[in-house]
This record gives sequence, structure tokens and C-alpha cells, in this order.
Amino acid sequence: MTTLAHTRGAARLHAAFEQARTEGRAAFIPYMTAGYPTAAGFPALAQTLLAHADILEVGIPYSDPLGDGPTIQRASEQALAGGTSTRHSLALVAGLRAQTDKPIVVMTYVNPIYAVGPREFMRLAQRAGVDGLILPDLPPDQDLEIAELAAEHGLAVTFLIAPTSTPARVALVARACTGFLYAVSVTGVTGAREGAALGEVPAMLALAREHARAPIAVGFGVKDAATARQVAGVADGVVVGSAFITAAANGQDVDALAASIRAGCVR
Amino acid sequence: MSLTLPTYPQPDARGRFGRFGGRYVPETLIPALDELETAYAAARTDPAFLNELDRLLREFVGRPSGLYLAQRLTEHAGGARIYLKREDQNYTGAHKINNCLAQALLAVRMGKKRVIAETGAGQHGVASATAAALLGLSCVVYMGAEDIRRQALNVFRMKLLGAEVREVTSGTATLKDATNEAIRDWVTNVRDTFYILGSVVGPHPYPAMVRDFQSVIGEEVKVQHQALEGRAAPDAIVACVGGGSNAIGIFAPFAYLPEEERPLLIGTEAAGEGVDSGRHAASVAGGRIGVLHGAMMYLLNDDEGQIVPPHSISAGLDYPGIGPEHCLYAQTGAAQYVPVTDAQALDALQLLTRLEGIIPALESAHAIYHAVELARTMRPEQTVVVNLSGRGDKDVAEVMRLLSLQEPAGEAPGQLLAPEVHA
Repeated sequence: MTTLAHTRGAARLHAAFEQARTEGRAAFIPYMTAGYPTAAGFPALAQTLLAHADILEVGIPYSDPLGDGPTIQRASEQALAGGTSTRHSLALVAGLRAQTDKPIVVMTYVNPIYAVGPREFMRLAQRAGVDGLILPDLPPDQDLEIAELAAEHGLAVTFLIAPTSTPARVALVARACTGFLYAVSVTGVTGAREGAALGEVPAMLALAREHARAPIAVGFGVKDAATARQVAGVADGVVVGSAFITAAANGQDVDALAASIRAGCVR
Repeated sequence: MSLTLPTYPQPDARGRFGRFGGRYVPETLIPALDELETAYAAARTDPAFLNELDRLLREFVGRPSGLYLAQRLTEHAGGARIYLKREDQNYTGAHKINNCLAQALLAVRMGKKRVIAETGAGQHGVASATAAALLGLSCVVYMGAEDIRRQALNVFRMKLLGAEVREVTSGTATLKDATNEAIRDWVTNVRDTFYILGSVVGPHPYPAMVRDFQSVIGEEVKVQHQALEGRAAPDAIVACVGGGSNAIGIFAPFAYLPEEERPLLIGTEAAGEGVDSGRHAASVAGGRIGVLHGAMMYLLNDDEGQIVPPHSISAGLDYPGIGPEHCLYAQTGAAQYVPVTDAQALDALQLLTRLEGIIPALESAHAIYHAVELARTMRPEQTVVVNLSGRGDKDVAEVMRLLSLQEPAGEAPGQLLAPEVHA
């Protein structure tokens, strides 16, 4: 794993983190499910988030999203029902790429990658202008081929660490990440939750920094400016997902929420 | 004689059966799987653990289950002698209890006070709730809304046993989605919760551990078949496969024998309305390699990787994947996997009931159907052992509903039934 090339995508992601850092912020990484609320409505929603984002994370909707909570699962079901699947998701990313220079990372479970074929998937992702992949159900020691193929196609790879990760696992995962390291703030699935405190996150990050070559972003449970501020105090990046889907579903002002959370990322 | 758990050449150190298996799960769970692997490795050779498991299997479950020569069924088929391995005689009515008791004992040993489980037909849920009650553990069972409808009696049993049954309405609201929810619960409560996984699926070490705990079935067959027939291995073994735990339990003790000593091993997959209909749960015949619930296996998924909802008359077989060890057997030819339709299973259920006075579970009826077909092609001195994985009590209401849709009351059903049976 340590032989993975420093990819074009990794360079672009690192530059975005560095730019945010020089501005006194943690990088703001909003998430949206491709094809949500509809294939036609997604581009506008994604553009709203992109306007505030340092990096945009786009999720490929999947029928069995093990690492996600009910909010993103329902968004995925809605996107799938509307006909958005793997190839279509990458086409939607290509549409965004034509409108922005900001880095875009794609979150996907491994089954869509295997179904399309790892090499073909990477080719499509590269052509769509994807900079990196986030793989929530692929621990880095499970399949080296996927990370190697991603690197071949210029894509950075992000794996996850969790509060339950042992020091040896933190070291393994941190060394494998080329784009950024994704630290999960809690044991659990994605989604806004009450009483989200930093808890074990600072100790986890301190350990990870000993091994990571890439910046470290924290996600799961960040839902507003206040929680973003907490995370921005210790991490290089802040990932926010379910809160935007909930806001979009309830007809709330996603633009205002994104602006507020971005402001919370200022240190 | 005390119990020993068999040792098999698969999986490898990384939890792979060939290319199948593995650990495709959120990182949060990896340390818990490592902890489980370590605890299981210690328990499986610890006399205290094995003696307690052995005692419970004998005194609580009622093992060994019988190996019963089905005489009238044999005459009906007109070929090989058909034996039934009577897992339906187990307390709680199916093979599931073997594994649940063992995992619950392991949970106690690991200091966990809370267990969770997923269930389709409810047999694994009932067995988990039973083991939890016996050992004083709190128990939550995830079950799809559609299965709750089909298996109301088992839902009540679980509640009576003190378990909480959580209804799952996401996705297809069946076993696949109940499993997703159980894994999500485990990700959230991993530090104090033990996940009692019900089949030979999921991330390593579950497929290997559940196989080892279910191997008692095949190990007993060796002893019983030796006593009845003067040789340990039958000529053929037939078992139904959803996830595949009853089948692996009866196959694995024979599957690694040299080819010339190995019985013909046949898993019957739920073909639903037919493999070509698109409404089935036949992962080997109608699936392609993919990843679900933490393991690589044959899987019903479309060309973009979305899981295709399975269909079976039997809630227990209604699963889009099949255990990774079965996938390896299918690939190497150690076992064969044949599709059996809903209609064929329903016929076989009635056939066994009328000829032998045994109402099998709809799952097991899939195996009965093929065993009869197979026995017909074999010689009278040969033997076929069918794993009768569960009894049909839980399915009686559903069978009643299906038969009332199928034909007027009182009329003789099924092409399998020979005319003399009706006389």
C-alpha cells in the first residue's frame, strides 16, 4: 500500500485542504446523494452545496448501504427509484465537473465497483472528473487491487477509522489513505444525532497524525455550525451529509444551512 | 464422550474461501471481528466451553437428532434408500438452535450482556431468543415487516421469550434488510453487544464459526449411517440452501474427503417461480459474484451492483446471497446446487406429510423434492440423506393460504404424488 502513487486527485484534494488552512478554516466537505431528490433536481442542489464547499462528496445510491443511517438510506432509495444508478451517478458528477474546478470525491460501496468491474469503474470515474473515492465498507487490507486501480487512474482513496480502531488499525488505515483520512466521530452509522460531543475524537486524531500522510477529515453526526466548530478545532476537514438531505426533504434553506456550517468551520 | 469441533482446511488466515468471504464491513467492526475471532479460537478447544455446549446440545436441544429411514418415501421414489436427518426434532424446531446456543455461550464468555439477531422465517430469531432466555441475556431481533406478516406465530414466540422484535420496513422488508439493520445496530453498540448471526454468511469469522457449530449434524450422520449401513458416508446428501447453514453443517464433514470417498453433495436453492422468471432466490444458478453483508459470494445483483430482491415461498430461503464456503464448493464441484421451485417445494411438503406423517418446513421441502428425484435415479443399495432442517409448524398457516389459492379444497394436490397415495 505504501507504494501507491501520489495521484493527481490526491494533489488536488491536498491543495483544497491547504487553501482552507491558509484561510484559517477546516475544509468544508458537504455530502449529497447522486440523483437526490431527483436526477433532474440533483444538479441544482449540488451546485448550492458546491458554492460553499472546499470539496464536494457525492454518494452513489446503493440498495444496501450498511454504513449509513436512515436519512441517507432513504435518500438512496428515492434516488434509485428515480432511476439513478452507478453509471448515471458518474454522469451526474461529469455534469458538475463541467461547472466547477473544486475537487469532487465519490462515496461508494464496493459492490457497485465489482459489478461494473473495478477497471471499468475507475475509467468511468476518471472520465467523469472524480478526484477521489471514499469506500465505507472496504477496509484497506481487504482488496489491494481497488486502491491500485484507483491510483492508476489518478484517483485518491479515502478509508475510514473509527473510535473502536486499535492503534495498529489506525496506523494501517492512515498509511493507506492517499486523498484524506476519514475519521468517524462515533461508533455508529451516518446521521445527525443529539449530544454529539467530540469524546474520543482528539485522541484518535492524535494517533492518526503519527501515521497519516494525508489530511484528516471528521464526519458522522456533524449537523450545524456548533458541531462543525467543535470538529474544526481538531480536524483538517469537516464532513456533513444527513443534515443537508433532511433540510432538502423538509423544504428548508439548504444554501443558508451550508453557509452557516461553513462559517462554523472557521477556526 | 465430549464434543470436539472439527477443523477444516478452509478458510485461509484472511477469512477467504478461495476468492469468496472476507470482511467487507465498516472499519468500526473490524476490531470487534478480531476480538470475536480470538475469543472463538480459544473457546473452540477449551474443555469448559465444549463440555457446556455438549451438555446443552444433549439435554436442552435433545441431540443427537435421529437418522430416520423414510420407508414409504423410499418406496414411492423406487430407488435409493432415503434417510431423513431429523433436525426438526430439535427443541425450537430447527437446526438453528445448535448455532445459537453456541454463540450465546460465547457471548457470555466474552462478557457481553446484550445479543442481537436477524431473522427471516423466525426460526433463528426464536432460537436466539431461547438461548438468550436460557443464559440471561437481553435480546433484540430484527425482522422484516413482510416476514412478520408471514410468521406471526414465531414473532409471538420471541416476545414470549422476552426478546424485543424490531420491525424493519426499509428496502424489501425481508431477511436482507433485517440483516442490514442488525449490522447497523452492531456498528452502533459494538462494545457491549454480541451479534448472533444466523447463517454461514457475513464477515469472517462468522461463516467458519457457524459452520463449525452446525457440523454436529454431519458428524452425527457419520456415526448413525455407520451403525445403520455399515459405512460412515452415504452416497448422496441433499440439503436446502438460503444462506446455507443447515447445508454446510451436513456437507462440511464430508466435503473435504477425497473425491472417491465423498458423497454426492447437493444443495437445493429456492427457484421461486423459476430461475428465468426473475422471481427467485437462487444465488448460484441465477446470481453473479458480489459483496453483501460483509462477504464476497454469489449474489443476486444487477449489472450496476444493486441487490435484486429475492423471492421464495419460504421466508427462510428468501436471501439474495449464499455462504462463501458454498460458493467455493460450487466453483470446485465439491457440491452441486440445483434450483427447486415454490410449486415443487409445496408438493414435496404434502408428499412427505402424507407418506411419513412429518410436516417439514417449506425450506426443507425444497431438499425433499430433489432427494426424491435423485433417489429415483439411484440403485436400491444406495442411500440418500436429506437434511430435514426444520419442522413445518411455522409454515402451516402460509401453506393453508397458498393451497386455498391453488385449487378447490379437498382436491388432491401435486404432480409428485403418485395415484396410490390418494387411495
